[in-house]
Amino acid sequence: MSATVSNNGNHNDIRLPIYMDNHATTPVDPRVLEAMLPYFTDRFGNAASRNHQFGWLAEEAVETAREQIAKLVGASAKEIIFTSGATESDNLAIKGVAEMYREKGNHIITAVTEHKAVLDTCKRLEKYGYRVTYLPVMKDGLIDLDDLKRAIDDKTILVTIMAANNEIGVLQPVAEIASICRERGVLFHSDAVQAVGKVPIDVNQQNIDLMSITAHKIYGPKGVGALYVRRKNPRVQVAPIIDGGGHERGMRSGTLNVPGIVGLGKACELCMQDMPQESKRISALRDRLKDKIMGSLDEVFINGSLEHRLPNNLNISFAYVEGESLLMGINDVAVSSGSACTSATLEPSYVLKALGTGDDLAHSSIRFGLGRFNTQAEVDYVAERVVETVNRLRELSPLYEMAKEGIDLKKVAWAAE
Amino acid sequence: MAYSDKVLDHYTNPRNVGSLDKNSDQVGTGLVGAPECGDVMKLQIKVNPSTQIIEEAKFKTFGCGSAIASSSLATEWVKGKTVDEALQIKNTDIVKELSLPPVKIHCSVLAEDAIRAAIGDWKKKQAANSAAPVAVEAKAGN
Repeated sequence: MSATVSNNGNHNDIRLPIYMDNHATTPVDPRVLEAMLPYFTDRFGNAASRNHQFGWLAEEAVETAREQIAKLVGASAKEIIFTSGATESDNLAIKGVAEMYREKGNHIITAVTEHKAVLDTCKRLEKYGYRVTYLPVMKDGLIDLDDLKRAIDDKTILVTIMAANNEIGVLQPVAEIASICRERGVLFHSDAVQAVGKVPIDVNQQNIDLMSITAHKIYGPKGVGALYVRRKNPRVQVAPIIDGGGHERGMRSGTLNVPGIVGLGKACELCMQDMPQESKRISALRDRLKDKIMGSLDEVFINGSLEHRLPNNLNISFAYVEGESLLMGINDVAVSSGSACTSATLEPSYVLKALGTGDDLAHSSIRFGLGRFNTQAEVDYVAERVVETVNRLRELSPLYEMAKEGIDLKKVAWAAE
Repeated sequence: MAYSDKVLDHYTNPRNVGSLDKNSDQVGTGLVGAPECGDVMKLQIKVNPSTQIIEEAKFKTFGCGSAIASSSLATEWVKGKTVDEALQIKNTDIVKELSLPPVKIHCSVLAEDAIRAAIGDWKKKQAANSAAPVAVEAKAGN
């Protein structure tokens, strides 16, 4: 299925198709896969089997993984609970706190740009009588800390704000948010799925009380994740959302996915090891991609703060060109778009909408998520294909034509159906 | 979501991309959709005044691959038809020809609207001209 392209001016051959959608998921690192395999074959025991070697070996591997994850985020191993992934971790954190702290209050604060795993969970809690405040974001994608301060009241039990956004890569001021929460005696949860392993996280330095982690965004397998639950200062409790045996200190019942957990652990260990150099390398690649694209095209806009951003994310809107048609034109490159046409619901990206980006630019956006396995040659190829395709599509675009004629598109009375 | 071969073909080799002189009496221009919706189609026809046959058609589209294909196909289909024949083109014909999935049916609807809008614009011009015969003669040099 893959073709090879020789890149003139670069000695590396590129294999097509190129994957640049690492916010959606990542390939499993061969070192991670290697670590996992024995737990499918020889060491297949149930980690909860306390009476024989098979169980002990599995348990040992799980505990090693716990340590590896804890180390990456500055926690202690006892504070790591294994789940089936970040969606479950988000559900457990939010519903678990909501139930446990019901006597204290029923108000939860989150932000409009959160992942659906958080937003939909909050919506469900609203049905059960909880009150949820959805904080807006500023044009750069960050929340206004004063909005947060004003929103907290004496019934607030939880603030949940993601560390890094999956669409625009914007980093929220987690330490500041947490310190406001601490001051007011409110728990702080962060969906750190996109941040862990890419930017330094320390749950103690940053005063985070609960944090969601997943394996498949950091070169680990799908179907496994973790929830960090603080044990000291303060001791946080969550009511389980899954019952049946009391595993994971009663917080998450169910036989542990040992191979998956081993994979998650190894993935975290690799991130810890590689993060300093890898961040620099990927950030340089991202900037190269950005500069090449913006250097060759006009009317191109970055969505979200460039300063407070993941090193591997680039989210750009190409005026007058629709996102899905652009993706079709670069069909040997895997990226995604905020266009309505690419979504199952035919709604444009709600994250871009929250930034105040017009719907037209939301439809024209492309998200690039660079990763561990992307190379400079790939970046150069992608930049070229993007520029070429945008130019071609602008020739096809009535909006480009009108703009070139000097027509202000915002003043046109469109005959929308 | 895989695209049908025909959609891919129209996307890669769109037919009749471009513009006609919107000020010409023989040209009808339809502009439908809205940037906020992610779909805007401009479809233009040049009609022979005596035979009412659409001799030329051009399009430009801001939209997904299916929208581009639908409008490209529309220009192909209207060429050689009379204005009244072109009004018979239904979006369902476009859906069938391009094998559009349910989520893309609205692209075909917009293309049908674009055809109607272009024809409507041309008809308006004819009505305006027949009401002012002096004006027509003055423009005869077009």
